[in-house]
Amino acid sequence: MAESKKLYAEDGREIIIKTDHLCIQFGGLKAVDDVNLEIKQGELYGLIGPNGAGKTTVFNLLTGVYKPTYGKVYLCGENLTGKAPAEVNKKGIARTFQNIRLFNNLTVIENVMVGLANQIPCSVFTSVVRLPGHKKSEAEFYEKALEILKVFKLDEFKDYLAANLPYGKQRKLEIARAMATNPKLLLLDEPAAGMNPNETQELMDTITFIREKYNITILLIEHDMRLVGGICEKLTVLNFGTELAKGETSEVLANPEVIKAYIGE
Amino acid sequence: MKLKNLKIKSYLNYILIAAATVFFLVLSLTGNLKTSTAYLLEEMAIKIMLAVSLSLVVGFLGELSLGHAGFMCVGAYLGGKVAAMLVGPLGNSFLTLVIALVVGGICAGVCGFLIGLPALRLRGDYLAITTLAFGEIVRTIFQNTSAETFGGPIGLPTPRFNDKYFYVICFILVLVTLFVIQNLIRSKHGRAIKAIRDNEIAARATGINVTRYKLLGFIMSAVFAGLAGVLYSYTKFNVSSQIFDYNYSIEILVIVVLGGMGSINGSIISAIAITFLNRELANVLTGDLAILKDLVYALILIVIVIYKNAPALKGFREKYNFKALTAKLTKKKAAAASAEKEEG
Repeated sequence: MAESKKLYAEDGREIIIKTDHLCIQFGGLKAVDDVNLEIKQGELYGLIGPNGAGKTTVFNLLTGVYKPTYGKVYLCGENLTGKAPAEVNKKGIARTFQNIRLFNNLTVIENVMVGLANQIPCSVFTSVVRLPGHKKSEAEFYEKALEILKVFKLDEFKDYLAANLPYGKQRKLEIARAMATNPKLLLLDEPAAGMNPNETQELMDTITFIREKYNITILLIEHDMRLVGGICEKLTVLNFGTELAKGETSEVLANPEVIKAYIGE
Repeated sequence: MKLKNLKIKSYLNYILIAAATVFFLVLSLTGNLKTSTAYLLEEMAIKIMLAVSLSLVVGFLGELSLGHAGFMCVGAYLGGKVAAMLVGPLGNSFLTLVIALVVGGICAGVCGFLIGLPALRLRGDYLAITTLAFGEIVRTIFQNTSAETFGGPIGLPTPRFNDKYFYVICFILVLVTLFVIQNLIRSKHGRAIKAIRDNEIAARATGINVTRYKLLGFIMSAVFAGLAGVLYSYTKFNVSSQIFDYNYSIEILVIVVLGGMGSINGSIISAIAITFLNRELANVLTGDLAILKDLVYALILIVIVIYKNAPALKGFREKYNFKALTAKLTKKKAAAASAEKEEG
């Protein structure tokens, strides 16, 4: 706990996530090289870059899927480097996946209830013997999950199997499940991938809404520049695993280096 | 109203099994139950316990285990040995049985834990091979013990409990198995277990302790297989390791697959059906025809699997299935009820 010291930015806002010279090497390949993120409480931060730039690898480093070769990850000043994914989630980082990973054979509401698992305690013994605590906790699970589904306007689909939801709704459900774990930082990996313009617009509204409602910090990877330009406050651009540019969205998107990396000369 | 219906539905399998047990108990009390039927009931109860416990690992946790007979073997031998040792001081009493069950269950549970450990690192085919090897190792170990310890190749002599009514005890244990496994599945822990089956990476990212739940699944499954083993040792005068070979594990797996992955009631029904089928085939095909038994058995299984999955039979299946039938029945009931109301 010695390392758990909260960090504050110059403007007095708490720094939620900070990475310190984050590097990972796969054999001879430096997939991520010296990435320094610093995201403040309540910010909506974008991570962009061409295909293969290492964006998802950064997510995997933040959530403990990979251990960094070098560098550290701090959440609210606490060192999370090398912790297992489940542990990282308990500490307060939740994520969605580029290729949707729902619990397909569970219903929509059960998916969210799985996300709530660490919020509501109930021992195995209590459940198996059906002590009164079980019924109480199950009711609480149901209520809380329904509440979250309502926020995402998925409550009418609650008894559908997750696999049977339309694509756009599956994306939303994945975010809902991540939010159910009560995170401090939400990582969204290409939330708008494969969506039509209407669905993208709906998604943008949802993201801004939950950000205001839960006052949560969001880091997202996205290729859809309309979404990035529309809702992100700050950006980091990755190219070949290194930081190409970072700063305010409008400045970064006007940067000739960034345009070059994306479109070519 | 809807909630009420759900409640009855979720307890229906307990009620049916309890009712069937009482029915057969009445039959045997009035002296109308054949001994062979009583033996068949014992066998069914044991198969149900094995199928339900394996279904926890295969159907809900999503791990392929081919060593279920191994856990049963541990329970049968260690529970049977304890029972044989205690028969002297305690007599062939209920207490002896309970102690044997506790010992057999715990020992099998420990084995479940040991098999659960590699299951954390291995997946799919690799885990299947590991569990298969486990089953064979256990069997071979017991086969090569000395005559004084576990009987070796001759088998372990075990006490048989109060012949006629033993199936009642078996069915009580079936109810216990159902109670524990069903309650586990229908809780937050069951959701976590199913989440791991559906997507392990997402489960980890959602804060599920995968290690804990995988071990829990394997241990629970092993404990009930062990209990089934103790019961098995009680139904025989002699436990021989030969029967716990991989064919036995596969047979349990067939029951689970046939009943439908992730369906406890399906496992129960298919355990009953397959045990019955085996018995009937053995009865019908006697003498020279006995060699055909396995062939006919296999053919019937193939027909069932094709019937369940063949795309060409989809229309037929949709028209004549269990759900449609129950829907029809409840509709009729509802119609009758509303008609009654109107009359009243």
